[in-house]
Amino acid sequence: MFLPRVVKRQEPLQWGSFFIFAAALVVSLGVSCALLAVHGKPPLKALAVLWSGGFGGPFALEDTLLKSIPIFLCSLGVAVSFRMQVWNIGAEGQFALGAVGATWAVLTFPVLPLWAMMPVMFLCAAVAGGLWAAVPAVLRLRFGMNEIISTLMFNYIGILFLQFLVYGVWKDPTSFGFPMTSIFPKAAIIGPISPATLGRVHWGLAVCAGVAVLLAVFLKRTRLGFELLAGGENPRAARYARMPYNLLVLLVMSLCGALAGFAGCIETSATVNRLQPSIMVGYGYTAIVVAWLSRLRITSIALFAFLLAGLRVGVEHLQLDLQVPAAFGGILEGMILLSVLAGQFFDRYRFTLKGRS
Amino acid sequence: MRKSVSAMLLVAAMLLMAALTGCGEDKKPAEAPKAEQKPAAAAPAPAAPAKEMQVGFVYVSPVGDVGWSWAHDQARKAIEDMDGVTTSFVESVPEGADAERVIQNMARKGYDIIFTTSFGYMDPTLKVAEQFPGITFMHCSGYKTAPNMSNYFGRMYQARYLTGMVAGAMTKSNILGYVAAFPIPEVIRGINAYTLGVRAVNPKAEVRVVWTKTWYDPATEKEAAKSLLDVGADVIAQHQDSPGPQEAAQERGVYSVGYNSNMSQFAPKSHLTAAVWNWTPFYKDVVEKVRKGEWKSGAYWPGIETGIVGVAPYGDMVPQDVRAKVDARKAEIVAGTYKVFSGPVKDQNGAVRVPEGQVLSDQDMLGMTWFVEGVVGSTQ
Repeated sequence: MFLPRVVKRQEPLQWGSFFIFAAALVVSLGVSCALLAVHGKPPLKALAVLWSGGFGGPFALEDTLLKSIPIFLCSLGVAVSFRMQVWNIGAEGQFALGAVGATWAVLTFPVLPLWAMMPVMFLCAAVAGGLWAAVPAVLRLRFGMNEIISTLMFNYIGILFLQFLVYGVWKDPTSFGFPMTSIFPKAAIIGPISPATLGRVHWGLAVCAGVAVLLAVFLKRTRLGFELLAGGENPRAARYARMPYNLLVLLVMSLCGALAGFAGCIETSATVNRLQPSIMVGYGYTAIVVAWLSRLRITSIALFAFLLAGLRVGVEHLQLDLQVPAAFGGILEGMILLSVLAGQFFDRYRFTLKGRS
Repeated sequence: MRKSVSAMLLVAAMLLMAALTGCGEDKKPAEAPKAEQKPAAAAPAPAAPAKEMQVGFVYVSPVGDVGWSWAHDQARKAIEDMDGVTTSFVESVPEGADAERVIQNMARKGYDIIFTTSFGYMDPTLKVAEQFPGITFMHCSGYKTAPNMSNYFGRMYQARYLTGMVAGAMTKSNILGYVAAFPIPEVIRGINAYTLGVRAVNPKAEVRVVWTKTWYDPATEKEAAKSLLDVGADVIAQHQDSPGPQEAAQERGVYSVGYNSNMSQFAPKSHLTAAVWNWTPFYKDVVEKVRKGEWKSGAYWPGIETGIVGVAPYGDMVPQDVRAKVDARKAEIVAGTYKVFSGPVKDQNGAVRVPEGQVLSDQDMLGMTWFVEGVVGSTQ
């Protein structure tokens, strides 16, 4: 018979892997272009606008870099827990709690100087986000509750808790009843690195770099990091080798919560300078997409966070310059995710026409 | 496996770097003089009407919502038809960090007037306005101004009051439902005005409020309306951008009051009337003033007399005497002889908030965080 069969690859792909990725990208962009053409928009011009808006030029890079910071931090955390095969999809809620934690620090110690304020803010954000994530971890370990369900539910609770605070006790009395806290004092605002050369790009970028390096060292160079990776590959073997599996689950969840909390802290402090419900725009969910696309590797996470951020920024330019509806951005993103993930299938398997031997 | 992935990454990174540095070098000289030209180009613009005027809009929801953003977009289309004016917009822009970027990019692209139409755009608009003194910024529904930034809104509460009168006359159960978005002054003011209108014709009626914490979520808003119908409400009003509550009312065979635009197409059998926006005259006026150099920064809050807010045509079921009563009150509000929040106005606890013979100040209305007597619900 000449029906193609799926065969597992014996040899890992070398350069082919990159070409599969490139082909997937071309396919998804091609389909998107066709959609645009059907809609009566010039497809090639649209691609040019998308590129120049997201990546072409200093302003575009500044915008994209800024947007990728929270996505990157959340994705790091998500990727670490996915590596352990802990399906934590609660980065959104942990992000909210991080923002709440940082704001609590600012409102409780409003007169701290910058050098003390920043560590306290980040510490509170990490603790709040980490504890929030630890609860589903304990529920899973103690009662066998599926963490997919519990972390998802905790997102809603976390966001509502943030709203509860901002609509209630933390509301700025001079805001005419609108839901937001007072503007943070200067010491609690993460400033730009160098306004002259880097524009609005703030020190959150340095936090990203630091966290990424520390995490890489932790995973590659420490015993706990090794156990974490091994535990993900095979939980039973890990238990048999006397690895502290329960501790590891608790650790990755809390780590993810802390990282998402950092992202919440940075968004609150650096970009809106106060806590308000509109900081919740779904970075925690975007993080899951980025984590999958990058196959849970730190360097790829940086790359994909940047690419996805650029895509979102570019789509705004498409709207403004060509009046493409906002929904097109979602279609484009979904298309890329689907085709790249489908392409990854060919990394591990190939088709053969040979009959059974 | 690992090798191949890192190879892929390396290539991708190299390509990216090449592309970035290439573009950076290409774009920089082109971009820099542009930025310098901007203030110079914007300044003579009023004197030289030959230049096409670019007007940008930032919307919080998709324009297809037939609600808030749709109403603004109708006015944008009207401006587009004016001579020498081109417009564009960005829709579904979240109110946090993304808004600042979108507004800033409009400014960088040389738009002359930028309308930002959601409360959460206030601080981002202000930040960008400070960087681009040559551009006119119009922010809807906030309270901050700058030399080149106005805030504006319409006195929607006047239309709310009138629709409340219709609802109060039509209810049989004396329980009215109100599906509301967020407990912010704009929404609370609308609920209060509606309730005052209801109780002006039907002092026994009460208005029950449900918060959805959404602006546009058809399913949630429909469900919220159903929960009100379940407790006996027989007229559903809404401060939402989706027609979900209207549909829920029609399905149960009771009445509804729309918001933003005439929503009768979604519920022809239940739609009594609607409190509607008509931004076109105001927006045209702003464009004309900027073009002539007569625009002044300020806080604008025009009322029903300018047509910025209004009441949609009544449904067939609204009897003649009710129509006459509401139209008469409308004429009084237009003439300025009747004020919606004129005393005595009591709050939910029965405490007098506006004494007899006084009228609530604009300042107090803009920061309203309490419900009037007759509302069942909490402002949290």
